[in-house]
Amino acid sequence: MSHDLSNQEPLLRVEGLTKYYGARLGCADVNFELWPGEVLAIVGESGSGKTTLLNSLSATLEPTSGRTLYRMRDEQWRNIYELSEAERRFLVRTDWGFVHQNPADGLRMTVSAGANVGERLMAVGDRNYGHIRETALDWLGRVEIAADRIDDQPRSFSGGMRQRLQIARNLVTGPRLVFMDEPTGGLDVSVQARLLDLLRGLVGELGLAAIVVTHDLAVARLLSHRMMVMKDGRVIEAGLTDRVLDDPREPYTQLLVSSILQV
Amino acid sequence: MNAVASYNFAYLDEQTKRMIRRAILKAIAIPGYQVPFSSREMPMPYGWGTGGVQVTASIIGPDDVLKVIDQGADDTTNAVSIRAFFAKVAQVATTTHTADATIIQTRHRIPEKALGEGQILVYQVPIPEPLRFLEPRETETRKMHALEEYGLMHVKLYEDIARHGRIATTYAYPVKVEGRYVMDPSPTPKFDNPKMHMSAALQLFGAGREHRIYAVPPWTEVVSLDFEDHPFEIQHFEEPCALCGAEQVYLDEVILNDRGGHMYVCSDTDNCEERREAGHVGSLGVKEAAE
Repeated sequence: MSHDLSNQEPLLRVEGLTKYYGARLGCADVNFELWPGEVLAIVGESGSGKTTLLNSLSATLEPTSGRTLYRMRDEQWRNIYELSEAERRFLVRTDWGFVHQNPADGLRMTVSAGANVGERLMAVGDRNYGHIRETALDWLGRVEIAADRIDDQPRSFSGGMRQRLQIARNLVTGPRLVFMDEPTGGLDVSVQARLLDLLRGLVGELGLAAIVVTHDLAVARLLSHRMMVMKDGRVIEAGLTDRVLDDPREPYTQLLVSSILQV
Repeated sequence: MNAVASYNFAYLDEQTKRMIRRAILKAIAIPGYQVPFSSREMPMPYGWGTGGVQVTASIIGPDDVLKVIDQGADDTTNAVSIRAFFAKVAQVATTTHTADATIIQTRHRIPEKALGEGQILVYQVPIPEPLRFLEPRETETRKMHALEEYGLMHVKLYEDIARHGRIATTYAYPVKVEGRYVMDPSPTPKFDNPKMHMSAALQLFGAGREHRIYAVPPWTEVVSLDFEDHPFEIQHFEEPCALCGAEQVYLDEVILNDRGGHMYVCSDTDNCEERREAGHVGSLGVKEAAE
């Protein structure tokens, strides 16, 4: 993954992001920048605020305070919480993607795989059936789903296939930023490995920026360039993935890294 | 007739009519937009046209001439009872002739004869939301209408082509009204969709169970959704009406016996009768003058 990052601006700039649920803390004072083509992993145990942070970043939740600035395709920096709902929904279905842990949350289970991939194209105004179908076929191929499954509903797909279909559905409009919430959770180990391999290939090939929430340090190691470790709603350590995993500074990170089962 | 003296003119009380008229005016002002209204219990079951009846009751006056059709026919149960209902509670004149009517309440057809200015077509609508079966959340579909997010409608048409090789939706075929709202034209056959486009008549849609009213004002653009490479087309019939010989009209198949015998006849009974009176005869028809 060799992208020239030297003369580029960041894609996303997060400043003092804080989310309270009433008096309870979701996440506090998160600051970071994300560059085009960069994959950032957010790791931590359950309840550490990872998902709250991801949902806030992807404008699913409105934070209590702080800003998330995004560099739009027209190079304008916009605070995503100040976009109109129409602008935000357009951004979410064109320039962003969101891969849910449970594929059923991100797919339309009652329409065919082809229509699932094609929906975003139709949403941005593609009205040519032949072109939509061709693009869907191409994307199914790229996520290793056989072409003859294009008219099958995702209900008839295995867990791994559904997850790959969800990825294709998200990437078809050529987004620049993809959010992933435990993309390999709930899959068995060999399927996980294949999915990770696929994701790594796609991310590199398309130059996607991605924010991946995971509790699995192996996922972070394989996919991400940088990582942030969260505990009790706060980022306690951040840095290059290999540095954090090989030379963790914080006691908690050391504990996390040392608690990986070695087989 | 003292038997109906306890009813207000046209059954509904004046406050209710005012409320429904306000909804209708709003619907006319925003073509294709579904206006919520406080639907009343009517002396008929849901699904029998409670929405259409309320709209008709709110707009009808003593001088109006009412025609009611059900699947194009003037003589089916639904049409006969609604016509009798208004004859009783509003003492209005009724007719079966399309050209003579000022208000036509319809279930699932648009008359073959082109409607003129001053006529009002009232549709009975079972499900007003075209996106309902694609997105069950009403909160979400309202948002999609508000933000003009209609990609999902094409997902349905895509599914049709993927499964059947062509757009297989034959009724309740979605339309875009005046370039803005996507609308369900009620379960009329798509054969009738082109008649909605630039119609001289006012078209009102009432969904009683769903508490929605929407409208297409006269001379409004109504475009059926389609794909560039799979354009919208209406049904075509191989043979003309067996009774009156009409072509380019919507036909019903009538089973004649248990040996596969069948005939195609006009679904619009008034149109068929008028043609027969004018001397047109189909393959199974009898010449009127000979009787």
